[in-house]
Amino acid sequence: MALSKKTKEAFLGPLNVNNPVLVQILGICSALAVTVQLKPALVMGISVTIIVAMSNVVVSLIRKSIPSRIRIIIQLVVVAALVTIVSEVLKAFAYDVAMQLSVYLGLIITNCILMGRLEAFAMTNDPLDSLMDGLGNGLGYAWILVAVAFVREFFGSGKLLGYQIIPDSWYVANGGFYENCGMMLMPAMALILVGCIIWAHRAYNDKEAK
Amino acid sequence: MEHAVSLFVRSIFADNMIFAFFLGMCSYLAVSKDVKTSLGLGVAVVFVETITLPVNYLLQVHVLDPLGLGYLSFILFIAVIAAIVQLVEMIVEKFSPSLYNSLGIFLPLIAVNCAIMGGSLFMQQRVLLDPENVKAIANIGDAFAFAIGSGLGWLLAIVALAGIREKMEYNDVPKPLQGIGITFITVGLMALAFMCFSGLNI
Repeated sequence: MALSKKTKEAFLGPLNVNNPVLVQILGICSALAVTVQLKPALVMGISVTIIVAMSNVVVSLIRKSIPSRIRIIIQLVVVAALVTIVSEVLKAFAYDVAMQLSVYLGLIITNCILMGRLEAFAMTNDPLDSLMDGLGNGLGYAWILVAVAFVREFFGSGKLLGYQIIPDSWYVANGGFYENCGMMLMPAMALILVGCIIWAHRAYNDKEAK
Repeated sequence: MEHAVSLFVRSIFADNMIFAFFLGMCSYLAVSKDVKTSLGLGVAVVFVETITLPVNYLLQVHVLDPLGLGYLSFILFIAVIAAIVQLVEMIVEKFSPSLYNSLGIFLPLIAVNCAIMGGSLFMQQRVLLDPENVKAIANIGDAFAFAIGSGLGWLLAIVALAGIREKMEYNDVPKPLQGIGITFITVGLMALAFMCFSGLNI
């Protein structure tokens, strides 16, 4: 099946040029809070991708019968129902990750990416384009999460996905020279890291544009 | 009473919604360009938080828990928040048009502010805690104290950032870092400063 140019653009745009976190500044809250370790960040990224794609499709399907005065409440209910399903599934199959994500799982409901995409895209486009837009935005969000979590877990605790990467014998405690950077585990560093990613991203894209 | 006061102070400083949990970040970054507007939004957040959190507390303790319907809490909380925001908007419009004009554009936005929803979800976790724990919310008074405290903490954070950003207008920031990039780094440094409250014990 050949995809039209618009459909492709809806999927690829949010990955880089129109990234929801870096450019549209949406969904920052959870992007910062769940990135201490790689595993919750991955789960969060996947959950958000599924929820954005599904809710985009659902809202796009019923967009013609939604009265515009109460559309916010209808959108919220669609999203809340999907989030409830995802959170119950996670509690059943990945209980420890669901506990680590704690309130941030529920906060996907108020994640601005969802409302932003529903308002700006799904309300005016057909379901296939909306699905692509949802997937693109979800993955655009997920890769930022994974990038930040990679740096924070690797430098903060010397692990990736819970496995020790930096050899034990390197640590000062075992007579080596290496010490973990405890700063990385603090919430403040997530903000500074995202700030630096935005810096690099803008610098790169400006150069491309010229 | 002592417990409520401690909860109140902790939720402003040590458990600040912005600096400790990053809640309400989107509107925090978008609206903090000048002090006056951010003060308006902050007041609106305090107002809505103070109403919704105790209402959700009562629902959680007297409806959801006894009936074992905990899994419906997301839908119920967001419906309560959306409904109360709508209600507050209509009441303010009727009785104080001047306040409505200054808050007007922000009120509907607050329904999707994560600080409000986050407050309710934290409350849901904290009612399960042992009453001796400093973070526990054991009765409706504690729920009020936590609601007002976290609202004020958010207000404090957004007004402080707006003040810094007004001054930062005159600084020479590298071009790709201008605007949102430098704001992130500023908030990061502010969060570091706020961390010194984390050992606070009352």
